[in-house]
Amino acid sequence: MSVSTAPAPVAVKSATTIKTTARKNRFWAWVIYIGGALYFLVPLAATFYWSLRAERGKFGFEAYRRLFADANFLPSFSESIVNAVAAILISLLIIVPTAYWVTLRLPKLRPVVEFITLLPFVIPAVVLVFGLIRLYSRPPLLWTATYESSRILLICVYAALAFPYVFRSVDNGLRAMDVRALTEAAQSLGASWPTILLRVIFPNLRVALLSGALLTFAIVIGELTIALFMAQHTLGPYMANLTRSKVYEPSAMAIVAFAITWAAMGLIQLIGRGQQGQIAGGH
Amino acid sequence: MKSSIVPNSQLVNPTVRGAKRPSRRNLGYWLGVLPFFLFSALFLIGPTLILASRSLEGPDGGLTFDNYRQLATPSVLDAYGMSIRISLTSAILGGLIGFLIAWAISIGGLPRPFRSLTTTFSGVASNFAGVPLAAAYIFTLGRVGVITALLKLAGIDLYRSGFSLYSFLGLTMVYLYFQVPLMVLVILPAIDGLRREWREAAENLGATSAQYWRHVALPVLLPSMMGTMILLFGNAFGAHATAYALTGGLFNLATLLIGQQISGDVLHNPGLGYAVAMGMILIMAVSILVYSVLQRRSERWLR
Repeated sequence: MSVSTAPAPVAVKSATTIKTTARKNRFWAWVIYIGGALYFLVPLAATFYWSLRAERGKFGFEAYRRLFADANFLPSFSESIVNAVAAILISLLIIVPTAYWVTLRLPKLRPVVEFITLLPFVIPAVVLVFGLIRLYSRPPLLWTATYESSRILLICVYAALAFPYVFRSVDNGLRAMDVRALTEAAQSLGASWPTILLRVIFPNLRVALLSGALLTFAIVIGELTIALFMAQHTLGPYMANLTRSKVYEPSAMAIVAFAITWAAMGLIQLIGRGQQGQIAGGH
Repeated sequence: MKSSIVPNSQLVNPTVRGAKRPSRRNLGYWLGVLPFFLFSALFLIGPTLILASRSLEGPDGGLTFDNYRQLATPSVLDAYGMSIRISLTSAILGGLIGFLIAWAISIGGLPRPFRSLTTTFSGVASNFAGVPLAAAYIFTLGRVGVITALLKLAGIDLYRSGFSLYSFLGLTMVYLYFQVPLMVLVILPAIDGLRREWREAAENLGATSAQYWRHVALPVLLPSMMGTMILLFGNAFGAHATAYALTGGLFNLATLLIGQQISGDVLHNPGLGYAVAMGMILIMAVSILVYSVLQRRSERWLR
């Protein structure tokens, strides 16, 4: 008898305590969340408020109009976009074959490759540009002689800085498919290596490539440190200069930059969701 | 009939491939990864090596450790000290706050949509650094910032009471804006890895919620939390753009000191500048290494 009745009260008791702890948890969860949300939304709200106040006595988008009308804004913006796109393309062209060979034929190289892709996290940007300037600003390796050559150097450095992000997303993408089976299937149909990479591997990596590319874009588009010390007229140095010289435009600029970052991250989420659907459909 | 063909083709294939073109193929693979190594050498390893070799050079050439010995000069120690203080504070605070937020949106029981909203926002905020972030804080807590003005209306004068955005406290607050979201993103999978069965087992054995956290959940999460906080430390330690945009590069911070050294030899000793840079790489390397070791340890539990 005692055996059959004993567990019942215990179970009831624990069920109620679970319910009260869950309620207590939810209360604290809300407190923490609202506190956190305030910390993150207040600076955005304050910046947005300032960006609407450029005209005395009324709210409007004058600060944005002035920002876009600034003779230096659009040129530096478009230069940064071109730099970012070029860096992304170079990074993809280098990383995709590397990740592919490392997965398929050279697994022993994997630790080395992974280590090197981590280097951009280990070398702070300001230290990297210090070394770049010392290495490439005098013969025999004179690379910073003209604005254009410095720009090419900058793009290459950005491509290298994108290695960790691109490698990780490509590697994840390669793991999600059967590289060996796809390669052997293509080989048995007589495909050459370039054909396999371009027409079998690349299309299957579309989602991984896009998310790596967007992340790189978000990071590179407003990059300040390296562009600054290489004296490039890109968005980062432009924004830093604007913050020091103007009153209202920087707030509009910060809101625009936030929107760009948000767009890139939102797109990554959207694409990622699409990928999951495709995988489910494919099976 | 069929069974005799299959082994046959399997036999033929390896001999044709294996005997005729192994070396040429291997060369092909290496050509595939060559651009990667070339690029890394030119733009990541080369610049680091030149700093390393210059840091070991005396003013008249020749191998010396003098530059590293001179790291003990006050101006360098001050800069390193401020960098370490800001990075440590923002890593610990950011780690704790980020953990609490991650807890709130996972186990805490907030409605489901908050979770995806928060992770997307964290992705944005952790990349929202540099000039725009500095500008946003100037408009919030700067001398004419919205919060500064509101507090003044309420009778509190922030800047007269000793607060400044361009100080240890101010920079730490700004850094938290990208530290907290990074913590949320990295720690959330670890919290998700806590199995429901562990909690149920603890409860069935009569453990209170506090006991469950103290003896089960936290020990499992600890390597992950420590590792991520160390990652946050490195993240703040190497940050240059945000601090530059906020202070115009005139604050005593290790990254800003290197920036000044690039523009003009503020340390009056080029060799010392290289040693400061190498010191930063060393600190970053140690923190990334410890992070990856701890992360690997926590993966053992959280599969």
